[in-house]
Amino acid sequence: MQKTYYDPADLRKFGKISDWNEELGSKFFEYYNAVFKEGKLSEREKSLIALAVAHTVQCPYCIDAYTGDGLKRGITKEEMMEALHVSAAIRGGASLVHGVQMMNKVNKLEM
Amino acid sequence: MIKSLHKRESELANSNRQVEILSNGIFQNGELPKFKDKIAETGQFPLKAKKLEILQINVGYMCNQVCEHCHVDAGPDRKEIMTRDTMRQCLEVIKNTGAHTLDLTGGAPEMNPDFRWFVDEASKAGIKDFIVRSNLTIIRANKKYYDLPEFFKQHNVHVISSMPHWTKGKTDKQRGDGVFDKSIKALQELNAIGYGMPDNDLRLDLVYNPSGAYLPGNQASMEKDFKKGLSEEFNIQFHNLFAITNLPIARFLDYLIASENYEDYMYSLVEAYNPAAVKSVMCTNTLSISWDGYLYDCDFNQMLNLPVNSKVKHIADYNEELLDGRTIMISQHCYGCTAGAGSSCQGSVT
Repeated sequence: MQKTYYDPADLRKFGKISDWNEELGSKFFEYYNAVFKEGKLSEREKSLIALAVAHTVQCPYCIDAYTGDGLKRGITKEEMMEALHVSAAIRGGASLVHGVQMMNKVNKLEM
Repeated sequence: MIKSLHKRESELANSNRQVEILSNGIFQNGELPKFKDKIAETGQFPLKAKKLEILQINVGYMCNQVCEHCHVDAGPDRKEIMTRDTMRQCLEVIKNTGAHTLDLTGGAPEMNPDFRWFVDEASKAGIKDFIVRSNLTIIRANKKYYDLPEFFKQHNVHVISSMPHWTKGKTDKQRGDGVFDKSIKALQELNAIGYGMPDNDLRLDLVYNPSGAYLPGNQASMEKDFKKGLSEEFNIQFHNLFAITNLPIARFLDYLIASENYEDYMYSLVEAYNPAAVKSVMCTNTLSISWDGYLYDCDFNQMLNLPVNSKVKHIADYNEELLDGRTIMISQHCYGCTAGAGSSCQGSVT
């Protein structure tokens, strides 16, 4: 029995999720591949968004995948870190903006 | 500066050991299919040579740089250099072959003491595309090389140069400290005499190799990014960018093993296998000649000491009829040329 929840080698098996539901699996991958194609945004921009989101949802598979993808596209480590700070800022901001709710509540309850 | 595998007396300096590594492990236990079996799935085994189009001559392994990923294991300590006698034998073939491209490589080909004589003579043969693979820094390495851009221009040489990135950090990490600044200077000098300019026939192309254990991205997108980066920052122009996959041999193999990336890298090559790239791999229309005149299907096979499968083994005995249609020598490193859009010395093949 595997002793850890995550195994880097499992990333290679991602495609196998279709084995137990071919129809939905195929639809998902078709959609996934279409999303990352060049559109109004470049593939490079989408790769950086994916990397930032991967850190937000804390998915180790996605972090591995989109770090590698970024390197393939010539994205520098400085650009990657800058994208992560966007993720961190939104995540931190999401906590802090709720402070307004806390302040509203305090103001309502206090004399 | 790092040292060559030969200088370090690494076991990987022995090409047989490299072929052994590429044939065993994950390819021996069935975890990954051997290249031979993979191409057989689409009826492409055995791979056969077609009509010769490109003659690639390696004039020596000596180089002023010691790049981390070098498949030649080139460096200042390598003394294998083509003699003028062997060059004469090559010239005989160049004059009589129907190949449209002559491709001089190394090491740094310019370091061969007979390089200029050879270029002078070879340029008289009327070959359509005469390529010299210049590492750029050689142009700034020593006063005796300062006039190389002008020399290339006089002989209408097509210059192809390596440039791993448009930023200093990534370039110097792969190719050595100071390489980026010298390369930029050399590119500006080439531009100044017309090389790489949009409306000029003096061809200047760049080669991109990934600086690590990953495959190159889309060649067209990379070219766009390189053009933007080099033009905005340094006002540098070039024609095309060739994205080349690092093949798991020599110093790149050494790096993959030392960094524990070997198996993952081989997985990524096999997963990216593209059967459509097989029919255009460069070994089918290229002949690679080593510094001592021996014949190989490609420069990579030369470094792995996998000579052509033909009665003709040496340039002195060159016979196009006997070489056409020969069976190409393959091993697992060949996955590097069939991954994704495919890879060759002229970039993607599909």
